Amino acid sequence: MKTSDIQALLNEPACSHNQKEKSGCARPKPGATAGGCAFDGAQIALLPVADVAHIVHGPIACAGSSWDNRGTRSSGPVLFRTGMTTDLSDTDVIMGRGEKRLFLAIKQAIEDHRPAAVFVYSTCVTALIGDDVEAVCKAAGERWGVPVVPVDSAGFYGTKNFGNRIAGEAMFKHVIGTREPSPARPHPAGIRTHDINLIGEYNIAGEFWHVAPLFDELGLRILATLSGNSRFAELQTMHRAEANMVVCAKALLNVARKMQENWQIPYFEGSFYGVQDMSNALRDFARMLDDADLVQRTEAVIAREEASAHAALAPWRERLKGKRVLLYTGGVKSWSIVSALQDLGMTVVATGTKKSTEEDKARIRELMGEDAKMIDDGSPKALLSTYKEYRADILIAGGRNLYTALKARIPFLDINQEREFGYAGYAGMVELARQLALSIESPVWSAVRQPASWARQNTAGTVLAD
Amino acid sequence: MVAIQHSKKPLVVNPLKVSQPIGASLAFLGLAKSLPMLHGSQGCTAFGKVFFVRHFREPIPLQTTAMDQVSSIMGADENIVEGLKTLCEKSKPDIIGLITTGLSETQGSDIHRVTKEFRARHPEHVGITVVPVNAPDTAGCLESGFALAVEALIATLVPESSVAGRRPKQVNVLAGSVLTPGDIEAIKEWIEAFGLRPVVLPDIGDSLDGHLVETEFSSLTIGGTPRSEIAHMGESVATLVVGASLHRAADLLRARTGVPDVRFGGLMGLADCDAFTQALADLSGKPVPARIERQRAQLQDAMVDSHFMLGFARVALAGDPDQLTMHGRFLHGMGAEVVAAVSAARADTLTDLPFAEVVIGDLEDLEQRARLRDPQLLIANSHAAASARRLGVPLLRAGFPQYDWVGGYARTWVGYRGSRQALFDIANLILGEHHEIAPYRSLYRDECADPAGSPVESGLVH
Repeated sequence: MKTSDIQALLNEPACSHNQKEKSGCARPKPGATAGGCAFDGAQIALLPVADVAHIVHGPIACAGSSWDNRGTRSSGPVLFRTGMTTDLSDTDVIMGRGEKRLFLAIKQAIEDHRPAAVFVYSTCVTALIGDDVEAVCKAAGERWGVPVVPVDSAGFYGTKNFGNRIAGEAMFKHVIGTREPSPARPHPAGIRTHDINLIGEYNIAGEFWHVAPLFDELGLRILATLSGNSRFAELQTMHRAEANMVVCAKALLNVARKMQENWQIPYFEGSFYGVQDMSNALRDFARMLDDADLVQRTEAVIAREEASAHAALAPWRERLKGKRVLLYTGGVKSWSIVSALQDLGMTVVATGTKKSTEEDKARIRELMGEDAKMIDDGSPKALLSTYKEYRADILIAGGRNLYTALKARIPFLDINQEREFGYAGYAGMVELARQLALSIESPVWSAVRQPASWARQNTAGTVLAD
Repeated sequence: MVAIQHSKKPLVVNPLKVSQPIGASLAFLGLAKSLPMLHGSQGCTAFGKVFFVRHFREPIPLQTTAMDQVSSIMGADENIVEGLKTLCEKSKPDIIGLITTGLSETQGSDIHRVTKEFRARHPEHVGITVVPVNAPDTAGCLESGFALAVEALIATLVPESSVAGRRPKQVNVLAGSVLTPGDIEAIKEWIEAFGLRPVVLPDIGDSLDGHLVETEFSSLTIGGTPRSEIAHMGESVATLVVGASLHRAADLLRARTGVPDVRFGGLMGLADCDAFTQALADLSGKPVPARIERQRAQLQDAMVDSHFMLGFARVALAGDPDQLTMHGRFLHGMGAEVVAAVSAARADTLTDLPFAEVVIGDLEDLEQRARLRDPQLLIANSHAAASARRLGVPLLRAGFPQYDWVGGYARTWVGYRGSRQALFDIANLILGEHHEIAPYRSLYRDECADPAGSPVESGLVH
């Protein structure tokens, strides 16, 4: 990718971060950098497309330590879980055999696995040696009659977020708008069907299946989800939606904005976490689709679902009431989870805002009050000292901080994409409450903070014991 | 003689291989107050970190020189200097492992020259050892990357000397990547039972065994071989080498110090364990302790008990070369048959294995061969769980990574007790899969009323 292309992609007018320093521009600091690369991000955004052969073009490190490590689920094909890489050797690199190997690899993937399409991810080494991945994909696609989509995602282009955007760009450029959707079958209740898309929903642990029945009930046909439990043919038809929802993903705003510009599809940003946000998402669709009957039916569904969710959550609220949470997640989740936790009667004492926009921060103030503590420093040391200072009862963060918390003997809930439990939708809230209670109420904490009877002083875990 | 087959596919499907930089990082994670830094893009480190965190269920110190678009093309020497300086100032480690990746190797980075340049520009950090290791992921596998790091550690930290045996009770152990933290604990106890003092390089048994400590957070390893101990390895009475992948490192250590060594392909099964015990008895001049005699007798008992299940058992194996060697010898010694074996990379020792064939390939190769040869059990990493499910056979998890299993890192495979437990576990997995003979119903007997017959208890199969 040319520097000018990277700059163009970094400029995302729909993103409220755009006025500030671009995360992809800021040079990562050697010896003090955490987080994934652009390849990682591109793969996160696209790997859930279930019937596609995902080929990582590069030496083994990129695929070898990362394949099949996603919590995303498919209701049908599982081809996306098959790890595929060209595994370039010294001689491939030195003799310039990368392109040829890739061409044959695509052939093998198509012949052995009959994928709906092939996505080829270029990586640092293949970008550096100048493999023309786009040309190889084009030639292979023509030769075997299967769409082969290049995703130019060398890790050194930038951060994981930037990789998400590269992935969105690849879908916009090569996939969306290449096929017309078939007409929707008539709704059993005789209501009108509207076509919509979800962007940035990954069906982690199958959580979207808590939500999907409501869409069916309301007559909202999801043409495609980018990319949880999706199929290639669905992604091709995204341009025919009447509305898009960008789910907790600033990085894929480029897709929504370009679809608005090209096909006049309106979009909104929302979340499925928490009773309030879940209801708002349904309301936003109804409002955007401009259908009075839908608005009415949506309100009825919301009333019914909220009532049953509140009933199911009542016993958990009793147990979680007043418990104090330190939340450290990026961006949109910094407020969407806040409202979910407040729904449960918990107090969020501080939230991470490293990736949040000014708009996100305004939402946080609205939810948590003017003196909401916002943390930018996500280092283990800073998190632990905030935890202590604010007398929190549990840390909610991404998997990266899991063992930081456990080593310090403090309760933890994993909120990011590696997690094993689904929290989306009304039903997901009960699972969230259950997991929170499970960790907070666990008898292990007092057991491991207790010094041995023969030890003179309590030193272990003093941070929490006082 | 084993036939070594190379998978010739252009596309690797369901990779078995883990990269050399990951293996080299692991070696540094077994040293005290140490911090590996990969010279590559930030993703090289992020993937490595997640890989280890999920396997060990521990926070893992691992840094990056964070090469970006400009430095990848224009040169990233300054990234190395800046990265080293930052680590020295912020974390004050004893040892920094500076490890290359496919990206920096393709670029042609000379980490040895830049390390010297760092020394010249920042003399204030003279107390911090920097160990450069070339470990491109375009060759080898986890095991060979680990071995390259051990070699580099010896070259950097063990001075040339001729005072072997000055510490007559001290024994070096060069511990290959095939050994888990649980294995290393067992090896140390074994050595200590003879009144000897082990210095294990690297000692992930002390740093990655998973124990809660008072320190709530550290940006460096907690536990592991101290730098000062490595410097005195030349004074030991002998070096015990576990894993053929470390032979080059062992050659180097012997050449630098004159300390004699004894080499072991694996420490599972009666013969291999006896060889180790004998070596310890010879080195210490002491009789074999009664405790170890007892453990040996227990293993013998388990061998006779489980030979019904393991004899002729058809096993499929996949892993790095030393793991194939250790498990292969162990199974062969029990009368089991390795019907399919896939190695992540080539190694000279593979030709000595007691199998018909070894494929250098991926888990797809394993699955395809296993399908033809009807194994009863698969021994491989967590990625093989899906293969095992499709093949309809149980999986015994071994090697890296084990992300869907709690405590895989802590499992002890080696020694008399570890071998005994492995026998029990393998026997039980095979028993669980025991297929009864389908009942035959004579046309002369009136049995139709009881279509399923009475369930037969599996468990006793004499």
